[in-house]
This record gives sequence, structure tokens and C-alpha cells, in this order.
Amino acid sequence: MGNSEGEYSVIGRPLIKVDAMAKVTGETKFADDLSLPRMLHAKILRSPHPHARILSVDTGPAESLPGVHAVLTGRALPITFGILPVSQDEEALAIERVRYVGDPVAAVAALDEETAEAACRLIRVEYEVLPAVMDLDEALRREDVRIHDYGPRGNIHKEVALTFGDVEEGFAEADYVREDAFFYEGSTHLPMEQHAALAACGADGKLCLWSATQTPHYVHRALAKVLELPASHIRVIAMPNGGAFGGKSDPFSHEIVVCKLSMLTGRPVKICLTREEVFYAHRGRHPVQMWFRTGVTRDGRITAMHFRSYLDGGAYGSYGVASLYYTGALQTVTYQVPRYKFEGVRVFTNKPPCGPKRGHGTPQPRCALEVHLDKIAEHLGLDPYEMRRRHLVPPDSVTVNQLRIGTVGLGECLDRVVERSGWKAKHGKLPFGRGIGLAGSAYISGAGLPIYWNALPHSGVQIKIDRGGGVAVFCGSTDIGQGSDSVLAYVAAEELGIEPEDIRVVTADTDLTPVDLGSYSSRVTLMTGNATIEAGRKLKALLFQVAAEKLGVPADRLRAAHRRIFDRDNPAAGMPFVEAAVLAEARFGTLGAVGSYTPPKGLGKYKGAGVGPTPTYSYSAAAVELTVDPETGFIAVDKVWLAHDVGKAINPILVIGQIEGSVYMALGEALMEEQVFRKGVHKIPSMLEYKSPTFLETPEMESILVETLDPAGPYGAKEVGQGVHLPVVPAVLNAISDAVGVRIDEVPASPEKIAKALENKRRGRAPEAPGNGRLPSVVFPEPVVVQPVGG
Amino acid sequence: MSSTEYAVGKREVHKELIRLRVNGETREVYIPAHKTLLEVLREDLNLTGTKHGCELGECGTCTVLVDGEPVLSCLALPIELQDRDILTVEGLAERGLAHPLQVAFAELGAAQCGYCTPGILVAAKSLLDGNPRPTRDEIKEGLAGNLCRCTGYVKILEAVELAARRMTRQ
Repeated sequence: MGNSEGEYSVIGRPLIKVDAMAKVTGETKFADDLSLPRMLHAKILRSPHPHARILSVDTGPAESLPGVHAVLTGRALPITFGILPVSQDEEALAIERVRYVGDPVAAVAALDEETAEAACRLIRVEYEVLPAVMDLDEALRREDVRIHDYGPRGNIHKEVALTFGDVEEGFAEADYVREDAFFYEGSTHLPMEQHAALAACGADGKLCLWSATQTPHYVHRALAKVLELPASHIRVIAMPNGGAFGGKSDPFSHEIVVCKLSMLTGRPVKICLTREEVFYAHRGRHPVQMWFRTGVTRDGRITAMHFRSYLDGGAYGSYGVASLYYTGALQTVTYQVPRYKFEGVRVFTNKPPCGPKRGHGTPQPRCALEVHLDKIAEHLGLDPYEMRRRHLVPPDSVTVNQLRIGTVGLGECLDRVVERSGWKAKHGKLPFGRGIGLAGSAYISGAGLPIYWNALPHSGVQIKIDRGGGVAVFCGSTDIGQGSDSVLAYVAAEELGIEPEDIRVVTADTDLTPVDLGSYSSRVTLMTGNATIEAGRKLKALLFQVAAEKLGVPADRLRAAHRRIFDRDNPAAGMPFVEAAVLAEARFGTLGAVGSYTPPKGLGKYKGAGVGPTPTYSYSAAAVELTVDPETGFIAVDKVWLAHDVGKAINPILVIGQIEGSVYMALGEALMEEQVFRKGVHKIPSMLEYKSPTFLETPEMESILVETLDPAGPYGAKEVGQGVHLPVVPAVLNAISDAVGVRIDEVPASPEKIAKALENKRRGRAPEAPGNGRLPSVVFPEPVVVQPVGG
Repeated sequence: MSSTEYAVGKREVHKELIRLRVNGETREVYIPAHKTLLEVLREDLNLTGTKHGCELGECGTCTVLVDGEPVLSCLALPIELQDRDILTVEGLAERGLAHPLQVAFAELGAAQCGYCTPGILVAAKSLLDGNPRPTRDEIKEGLAGNLCRCTGYVKILEAVELAARRMTRQ
């Protein structure tokens, strides 16, 4: 489909979001804003130890406290759960073992929050404290301390070794082979809204949960499993999320606990986690040690690449297996990599579980790769831009690890940021202390596979038209602030030829809406968009049929726009949308239609091939200009240019919003954010101490939209929510090197690390090794050899 | 105002009858003396437009105005605020007509998830009431106590500037 002026009446317009006024007036209800008659309040008692055996739990004194209605321990919820079928390792409340400070142990429902909290303090838990394993090295070394009794050995949760083509042959062919090690510290999502959930078990025994979740469908499945109820008796409603960024995409202990407490008491039960508890719920960025070995020819063409990642997963599986595979999956989709080897390991440690945060498993390797390539360019005396530009993956190709590439806007993204930032006049030419850095990246527009194996659609949409012209769109997708409700309205309005404000959107309610898998993996616009188009076109065909007869115009000459259906060749001949709706209902009966979307099957058949495929990849490039104070190591980011191949901007305001939000979040990770622990305890579980950028650190940002009109996306659209995060972090690191001539191969690049690096350089000392100074010693299994497939 | 003692769990609680003027309306609430303004607004007055992100005075999400000045409602005690003018996000629109800040935030996409928005809107109102033509740096300074994780702050700055332009044109 082309993109000529006037082809669309809604798509591409800078419209306000359908929920914008509700959000600016405080009308939007978030989970903790709900309350029901007779509602009780719940609190969870959490482990004070990073690792301990539970010897006994005495709930007697808590139960007899006036105002307490129920006290719950893990014995009442013995069935384990977890987001991935391969790691069902979580208990709603720990039964025999706690594995991190903050692990839920018991819960209370009481008349008010204070009484519930007081009751928690009366619960006596006897622990036998076990040795705690607090980092990657310890986890690998202390095979005697096993956090879980599954996984190949010791504290290894999952290990991977895959090889695509003969890398040794590639290294032999190279003019230059370079190795680099990197460390990317963990960070947390820090959504402004604390997780909250309200459960009500009705007199009919049916359960309803309202929750701040990105994945109501997966919560629904977990509740059915753990509570042993038929899924048909459970309704999950995802409330608008007050920020999520991946942090609300697991089923959580507190969601199960309020359901069980409501079932026990026959009353609604609500919980809102404290900010400290949100730090324990976590599921954020994995701390990852990395190692790259890459061979290149003199002009920077990659001949082979070998990558290793070591993930510190925290206490539970969460999305970890997927996170691990993602660290190795997308290296091949930006610049051509003809031979590739990936080895990776994820370990358990006694810390809050890590999981998916914006970019899920890809920001760490992308950061390392883009810095690694920058060093290669420096060594070869090539311009980092030119080197990247020369070796882009071709569109409509297949990578060595069998990922199918669609349209590729990476070259244009690089060109645009180079041009807009004045790269050529600045790189290597700014005065000492000032620098500019560049990076490219790619991301999935939705995971090609669901989290549990099935043959069902990933997104379903139902549209109903009533005789007053009212249109309702029903979809399981969850608005977490990205504007997915608005996208549904824009697409439905475009297809039916009405305005978004004419549409009522009903979302994220397992009783009312067809399943959408959730707001994760940047899948929503592409998948719900395609499903909405399908449903919308079915209805449009009915409207056109009656309108064609009435107007005496062939149906294929009709167009729907601006609340009218009219003759494309003679726009004066037409009828209002409402009239067509009445005619169609009279002819066909009640008007409704469904649409669904299932992504194309991936090519790979090897184990792990499920992570990486997507209907189409988005591409981004960033240039960052910054100033380093060589005395203090303090960095002021002056400006960020970010170009993104979004395929087609459904609404440029929303696209730019995602870009700016990602740039901000990436700068936080690049410069200051870290989820770190001391003596088994989270060092900084507060918003004051967990440093994140404020208004004062906001640099100038310039967003550049590149449209490649990908055939896989609705109107050509790709994702924008996560991919734009990726190039910013390495562009910062590359800019630091350009500014002061030292390489910081570690995130965050905090002032003390920069000051130290400059001091080492002044004194002629070797640079500090990233992370703890050395790579862990892991004997990886024999790699699975995967033969490349033909184009 | 009358007061009583009663017990929650095993603790003695001191309750007071308190008169609050919120969004121009005078309301009486009978509350434990230690209950925060945030809790009273949300739980006793059902004004859930004011949100919370930490309840420790760190994030600015629960900001309301007291006599025109931004106050963190999670750290404020109603007992100390009797007969003061309290303004929450629900009081920004007048007779159903949105405040220019609200319109600008909606138009420019300055509210993504919308959770920090009520606190930022009232903080921005206080800023513009005292300084109708702030520079960008003054806006940054004025809102530095409010965290937002979605927007990257840029659209918020632009929306405050747009609202300021529209308000001073009148």
C-alpha cells in the first residue's frame, strides 16, 4: 500500500489519545483507585533473609487480633506457577524455603491496612538461615548451595550453546579479530504506580480480579492453575497501568493472594504494594557479563562473531529462559553476520527475580556490540557510521540464525541522525571533554511465538455497530500508557470511515474481550492492528453492500471516511455512516464481526529458534552529544538524535512519545540506574536512593521518523515501544570515548568510573576490567550445530 | 472539634473531627490524627485523582496545592491544614471546562500512563500562577520534584510552555 496524501482519513494524523482527557482530569481509575463495599485490605509478610529454610509459621496471634479476617500461608496454595511453562518455580507464599529478601511468606486480610500490617508483625516465622548466593561468581562457584533443585547443575538455571556456520573458518578469513568484555548492570522499571490488585469472589463462587497487569491473559491462566478453579469461573480485568515497562507482565504472588483471601472471607480484598515491595517484585533488567569475539575484513565486513552472555537471574525463573535466548538472538539482524556462535548461561542468585524490562534481554548485547564495533572501526581507521552503513542486512533476507528480515530502514536511520547531528563535523573533532557517539539497533515487532505453545491467534478483536451508529471495539489488549486503546480506535475508525471519538473501546477484560496475549514484546500495534483491520473490513463489506445498492454505485468504488460512505469518483454521492449502519442491520441482522491475528511461523527448527522471530523488525539509530567534566567524571547529555524505522506512524504523537520516553529511560540506565545489593539486602529500595533522571537532567531530543511501510504491519506499521531504547546506551558510551578518550565498557557509566578511567590513563595504568574484573569460568555444553537455510 | 480514642488491633488511636476546604468545598471528616492528607483525600473524600508513588515524599506524584503552594500530600497531616485552601486535580477544571494545562497535556501527549500527571499538573499550575512566562529552565526547576517514567519529560515541558502562552494571551 502506498502512502499518498489523503489515502487515510485517520491513520498518520497527530490525534489526541482517546483517554487523554480522562488522564489529565484524574478520572482514569487505576487498580488502587477501586474500592468495593465490605472490602478488606491485605498485607504480605516477606522474608527478611536472602536464603533460609522455613521451619515453622505460627499464625495464631495474628489470627486473634481484632479486625483480622484471614491469615494465609503457603500451605493453602501449594501449586507452583511462573510465566514460562519451563520454569513453574514460584509459590504464591513460600512453603519451605525463601530465596530472597522480600520473598512472600504469609498474608493477612483485615478491616484496614494498618491492622493487616500489625497482624503481619504478629506472625512468627522460624527460619534456618542458609548461605546466600549473591552474584554470578558465587552462584557458579557454590555448587553446594542450590537455590532450586532444577536446572542442569548447581545454580545454573539454563545454558545455551548454538553455532550457525563455521566461525573458525570466518575468523581465519578475517583481517582483524577483536575480543572485548562488557558488563551491563541490572536496573528496575520503577513505574510510578505501585502494583495493586483487588479481588472479589462472588456469592456464585466466581472470582473477579482487577489488577495493574500488562498480561491479563497469563494472569488468568496462573489463577486457574494455582486456585484450581475452571478458567471460565475467573474474570481478570487489567486496569490502565500507571507505567509498567515489563514490570507488570508476570503473574504475581499478590494477585493470587488477594484472590485466595477473597475466596476464604467471601469479601472483596485489595492490596497495594509499598514502593519497597515493588523493588522486591522487580523482574527488571538482568545484570549481564558479556564477551564478544568478532572477525572483520579491512573494510569492516564481519566474517564471524562469537558471543557469550552470563545472566544473573535472581531467585526465580520468570521470563529468564527467554531473556537468555534474547541476549543471543538479535545480533544478526542489523549488520551482516555470516557465521555466528552464541553461548549463554543464566544463574539463580538470592535476589529479587529478573525478567523483562524494555528491550528484554537485548539492550545488554546491543550495547556491547555497538561499542565493540566502534572499537573495531577505531582500530581500522574507519568512520563508525560508514562502517555500519556499508554492511547492513539486506531487506527480505534470512539471517544465519534463520531470522526472516522484512523491510530495513536502518541505513536511512543512520543517515538521518548523522545528517541532523552534524556527525561528520563533530566526530573526533570536538574539543576535549565534548564528544559524539553513534549506534544502530533492531527490535522485534512482537514475539513470533506465544509464551505457552498453542495454535491459537495472538490477538483477537470484536467490533459491534449499533443502529445509532455507535461502534464498540472489544480487545484483550492492555493500555499501559503507550496508547494501545487509542490505536484500536484509530484503526477501527480508519476502516469504518468514522472518527476515533465515535468509538468506545472495551479492553483487557477476560469476560468481555477476545484474547490478546498482552502488552509485551512490542506486539500490540502490529497484532491488534491487523486483527482490527480484519474485523473492520468484514463490517465495511456489509456497509458497502447496502450502500452500493442504495446509491447505485459499485461497491468497489465506495470509500468510507469522515462519517460518510461515498463514491470515490463522485464524493457528493454518498450517505452518512449511520444510515448505512441502519440499512445493514435491517438487511443482515445485528452487526458484529471478529478479526484475529497469528504471526507467520519462524523458519528455525532448532531448540531456541522460538526466540527472535517476529513479523518484522524495527530499526533505530541514535547519536548522542555530551560533555564530560574530566575532573569529576560528571556527564551532561547535550542532545540526543533518534531516528526510528516505525514502518508507518499510526499517530506520530504516540510514536514520538515512545521515542522520548525510551531515550530518557536509556539515559537513566546508561548513566545512573542500578539495582544493587549489599550483604544480601537491596541497597536502595526507595525512589530517593534509586537514582533516575529528573526534569533537570532532560537533554534536548530530536525524533526522526522513518517509514518503510512493511507489508507485515497494519498500514505498514512496526513497533516503537522498545527498540528505540537500544541504540541510546551504546551511543552514550561511544560519545564518552570520543569526548575524553577512555572506554567505559560498563553500564551505568557513573562519574566515579569515568574519573577512575581518566586517572588510570593519566598514570599510564591499564584500564579496569568491566564488571567484577573477569569473566566467569563456565564450561558451556557442546554447541548445537545449526545449518544455515537458503534465502 | 471533638476527638476520641479507640483501638485498632492493640494500638490506641486518637481520632479528630476535622474541617477541610478542598477544591472550594468544605468537608468534615472524622479521622485518626495521624492519617495523611493523601489518605484522607483518596479514602475519606473519594478524590482518587491524587495518586501515590512512594508515600515517603520522594516522587512528587501525590502533589496537591495548599494555599497555592505545592505540598506532598503523603507527608501532610490534615489536622494542620484546616481552613486552608486545598486544590487537587479534580479542582483544576472549572464548571467542566478544562484548565489550559490539562488541554495542553492532552494535545501534546504529555500524559502517557497518566499516573504522575495529576501531581505535575497542579505543580505546574502553581508555577504558572506565580510566574506566568517561565523559561524552560524555570519550568524544569519548578517541576524537578516530580518524577515521570513514561514521557522523558520533554512533552511535559512543551505542554507547560504551550499552556503558558495560551494563558498569557488572554
